[in-house]
Amino acid sequence: MVAGAQVAHVASALSCVEILVSLYFGHARVFPREPSLPERDRIILSKGHAAAALYACLAERGFFPTEMLERFACNGSLLGEHPHFGDVPGVECTSGFLGHGLGIGIGMALAMRMAGSKSSVYVVLSDGECNEGSTWEAALWAPAHGLSSVTAIIDFNGLQACGKSTEITCLEPLAGKWAAFGWEALEVDGHDMCAITDALRAPRGEKPRAIVARTVKGKGVSFMEHNLEWHYRPPSPQDLAKALAELGGASG
Amino acid sequence: MRNAFVRAVTKAAAADDRIMLLTGDVGYKVFDDFAAGFPSRFLNMGVSEANMVSTAAGLALEGMRPFTYSIVPFATVRCLEQIRNDVCNMELPVVITGVGAGFAYGENGPTHHGVDDVAALRAMPGMTVVGPADPREAEQAVSALIDNARPAYLRLGRAGEPVLPGTDAPFVLGRPKVLVEGAGVAVLACGGIASEALQAARILESDGVRALVLSVHTVKPITGLADMLRAREVRSVLTVEEHGPAGGLFEAVCAHLSVERDAPRIRGLHAPDAFFHVCGSRKALLEMLRLDTPSIVAAVKEALADQR
Repeated sequence: MVAGAQVAHVASALSCVEILVSLYFGHARVFPREPSLPERDRIILSKGHAAAALYACLAERGFFPTEMLERFACNGSLLGEHPHFGDVPGVECTSGFLGHGLGIGIGMALAMRMAGSKSSVYVVLSDGECNEGSTWEAALWAPAHGLSSVTAIIDFNGLQACGKSTEITCLEPLAGKWAAFGWEALEVDGHDMCAITDALRAPRGEKPRAIVARTVKGKGVSFMEHNLEWHYRPPSPQDLAKALAELGGASG
Repeated sequence: MRNAFVRAVTKAAAADDRIMLLTGDVGYKVFDDFAAGFPSRFLNMGVSEANMVSTAAGLALEGMRPFTYSIVPFATVRCLEQIRNDVCNMELPVVITGVGAGFAYGENGPTHHGVDDVAALRAMPGMTVVGPADPREAEQAVSALIDNARPAYLRLGRAGEPVLPGTDAPFVLGRPKVLVEGAGVAVLACGGIASEALQAARILESDGVRALVLSVHTVKPITGLADMLRAREVRSVLTVEEHGPAGGLFEAVCAHLSVERDAPRIRGLHAPDAFFHVCGSRKALLEMLRLDTPSIVAAVKEALADQR
């Protein structure tokens, strides 16, 4: 997809694949044939620049035909580099501008609580998004209002757009910060789907839950892992062939 | 105007259980009735305007009809990116409500003056921008914006504005309202400053000038204005607003009339393109900045002199 369209953010997408798969193919209730069914759980990819991973999950899960993925970020396509609400089945809200997803998720959770709904809200954030004041505005508010149906999953891959996340801001201890803000904070290996699922399934109290998922940017492709360049660089045909050989995949 | 807004929203909430009120920790005791009547639909979001707007968007995505509320600069430009991407981009029925248009918080200084908000919000794609002239128009605007069910900005005065003659006429979003009939020359006002325009019209009348006075309560979109002016053979237009020169009523009216054949000449009375640091009440600041009744009278006379 990203190689075909020659766009950026492939490494950002690779770091959150297991998180999204754990949600869409495991823990979360989704209804691909009826994507707006009120009983569904809401999944927000707040780090919208990883849209390629989201679209791949949605297509494989049956929200839309996988052939559509070939048109990702192409002229005239509805699958943009950042997801847009209303254009793509399964996309709960427009995202890509960092630091908005948690607030939107809180609004959804409030409305669902008023409606007596049992659905949950999952918001996938980047570590870079934890630079945004608005993320912490939302983080402060939700626990005071007992929004236990909200789960924030932070894809802590350690690299943001221009450097190491922990050097650019004082991000650590990240789980400790969420706990200090009143969240039930858990830390998991973000590429271990059993661990992610266990963290999602663990019995809930009255607090919202934050899962700090330790991940590797560019996971699964040796020359992309931990390499900031792949936040930007579109893969060449040669890069794609090498990456697919490592991942054992057959198509782009 | 603020109290009229609160009354209208409280009344609307009784009839429609989708109506919600979110405040950025502003409005001490003002929302007591709403909060008592509809506790789950009243939220103090804290001094967190960005999160207030995102949360309102999330609520709207689930079918609610939220109003957000804070002092003009904090309700608008403080969280403009949330308004842009969460509300306007997704075309959600959220009403951003700012209290303290123009110099209503005069003594608080330029941090609290609302003189650039109309420009910022008018620039947002698909946004409707409304500045009621008096408490009656504020109430009318609330129901019109609920019916409109689109992104909107409601720019309120503060408290104690007089009810103006003529505002009991039907309120149609976009369509200016005639407050005083006249011909040849027109004063177009947006917001509470319409009361200065009305006083100016009275003085002008005693001098034999029948100036048309319109409340341009909707700054975006504007509809039907050119026809209203043509029907009254208006050749000179004076816009009056508590807002800077860029992007407010003056520019909106210029844009609307520019496509007209034989468009009237348009002049504008507005705040300067600068932060105004001198302390003072709204009344004092309007005098200092020549936005008061005598300044409007003088500007209309100047416009008429130019016609000859």
